[in-house]
Amino acid sequence: MNPLIEINHLSTHFHTGSGTVKAVDDVSFRIHPGETVCIVGESGCGKSITAMSIMGLVEGPHGKVVNGSIQFDGKDLLRISKEELRRIRGNDISIIFQEPMSSLNPVITIGKQIMEPLMIHQRLSKKQAYARALELIELVGIPRAEQIAESYPHQLSGGMLQRIMIAIAISCEPKLLIADEPTTALDVTIQAQVLETLRQSKEQSNMSIMLITHDLGVVAEMADYVIVMYAGKIVEEGEVTELFERPKHPYTQGLLRSKPIIGQRTEELFSIPGQVPNPLELTESCYFHDRCDSCMDICRTRQPELKQVSASQRAACWLYEEEAQHE
Amino acid sequence: MRTYLLRRCLYMLLILLGASLLIFFLFSLTPGDYVDNNLSLSEERKAELREIYGLNKPVFERYVNWMGNLLQGDLGYSLAQQRPVAQLIQDYIWNSFLLAVVATFFTWFIAVIIGVITAYKQYSLFDTLVMIGIFAAMSIPSFFIGLFLIKVFAVDLKILPPGGMITTGSRAEGWDYIVEVMNHMVLPVAVMVLLGVGSLARYLRSNVLEVIKQDYVRTARAKGLKERTVLYRHALKNAMLPAITLVGFELPGLFSGSIIIEKIFNWPGIGQLYLQSFTVRDYPLLMGFTMLLAVLTVIGTLLSDILYHASDPRVKL
Repeated sequence: MNPLIEINHLSTHFHTGSGTVKAVDDVSFRIHPGETVCIVGESGCGKSITAMSIMGLVEGPHGKVVNGSIQFDGKDLLRISKEELRRIRGNDISIIFQEPMSSLNPVITIGKQIMEPLMIHQRLSKKQAYARALELIELVGIPRAEQIAESYPHQLSGGMLQRIMIAIAISCEPKLLIADEPTTALDVTIQAQVLETLRQSKEQSNMSIMLITHDLGVVAEMADYVIVMYAGKIVEEGEVTELFERPKHPYTQGLLRSKPIIGQRTEELFSIPGQVPNPLELTESCYFHDRCDSCMDICRTRQPELKQVSASQRAACWLYEEEAQHE
Repeated sequence: MRTYLLRRCLYMLLILLGASLLIFFLFSLTPGDYVDNNLSLSEERKAELREIYGLNKPVFERYVNWMGNLLQGDLGYSLAQQRPVAQLIQDYIWNSFLLAVVATFFTWFIAVIIGVITAYKQYSLFDTLVMIGIFAAMSIPSFFIGLFLIKVFAVDLKILPPGGMITTGSRAEGWDYIVEVMNHMVLPVAVMVLLGVGSLARYLRSNVLEVIKQDYVRTARAKGLKERTVLYRHALKNAMLPAITLVGFELPGLFSGSIIIEKIFNWPGIGQLYLQSFTVRDYPLLMGFTMLLAVLTVIGTLLSDILYHASDPRVKL
């Protein structure tokens, strides 16, 4: 099966006063039609910037995609014109952000904000767009659609707003929906509802989802395929069941160990020691080496490559490199 | 909303009462009056005139009289011009209003465009050049720009009239009259816009800069909207909200006239009349006009509150 989107060697850098931050560093992955790919990692590991790079929304003048290609629908999203990219955004690829409260325009009614992409991409008339907006509001599980359409964002709760964001995102039946930590800002009971809404809309249209999260519970529930990022690089990827059962990379192992398990009493929850490295001070090494229990000499001086470690799993770790074993 | 308006109106009355006290006592407690001004009068004649004008009565009684007349819509009687103040204001204020309303319109129109573009292209060459130009225009005094423009356009190039509202001795009527007045307005309006556009453009620029960083602007882009829509519908609307306060302040400004500009361009506006009245201490006119501005200011703030309510759904009155 041909992948829906293929990201190759994507690198996005931010130029700051004190140096260049490689927010996304040579990242490659692909998403197949109908697949849900989860990208997990700590804050600042480049998950969101990867999403923004795909959408062409990396904010200048400091941030810039410096290398790579994003193949989508026979086009390279990094090389097409702004106008072409604009026609894809919100239409073929759409995105939901982390903060529903601030992601909707406070002075425009909900209805109008849902109607906008419908009118611009599908060329619906105002009337048709309004009718479709009402359908979409009901589709994401909010009753009294007409009343909601007339209200402003500050009149709705965070969970409702996130569902409105989903309604906007799926309005043009995109092939790929990027959800950038869609449940982080919401409380737990609402999280489940929002995920359910995402799953339902996926089932109805066979779209792919790229779900960015740091919540492993969400990953287990939603993902087909998991990508683990650390300091701008992919450290491990694989099918969700296998990755959860047999994590290869020490970072993934640590992440999974730090997840609380219901029914299991422990004195203290495990946490990975140390801090995420300062992105300005990274040198040629495995970026995880100073927090790793199995750190070897080679980890401090050379960067491991992402290699196949089992039938469906790839990891970037010297533990699995023959070269390192021989040294 | 209704209780809010009622309460607001009550406050307005209180503020105006305070304003009237301030205005009246500041003017009447200033040493000297209209009669003193005329040095050729004998002491007896002065006393006689004070008797006629009621200037010899106790200050408080004079206030009550003045206030009583005000409440009946009588702004008083100009001593220097020997005509009712209300009539005088009527005669001059619309000339000033005409200048101000056109200048204000252009100032806002240009400032919004400059504000949005300079914010959108922050630190670009255009931004830098425009900001230099704005600072230059703001830092040159109005009388200098005014005289300079008169020299260039009226004296050297002879394409615009140097001053006045109509050409001396002109008997133009109807359309011709309108064209003539418009011709005379070009230079004063240009100076007013040049002076006003800078600060407003900078204010709007910083508002737009603030707003285009917001998440909802990113959402608008992510929806695939055209940049123009993103800027003018999603960003500008929010950036303009704080500027509504300024709209309220513009209201008295529309009627207050501009002393310097009217003087330079010899425009028969209220600013000139005001200045003249000052030199002869024509207090009834000064007090009446200042009171009018106080009323307009209070109405202006009420207006901006109502506008706020109308344009920002989050604001509850």
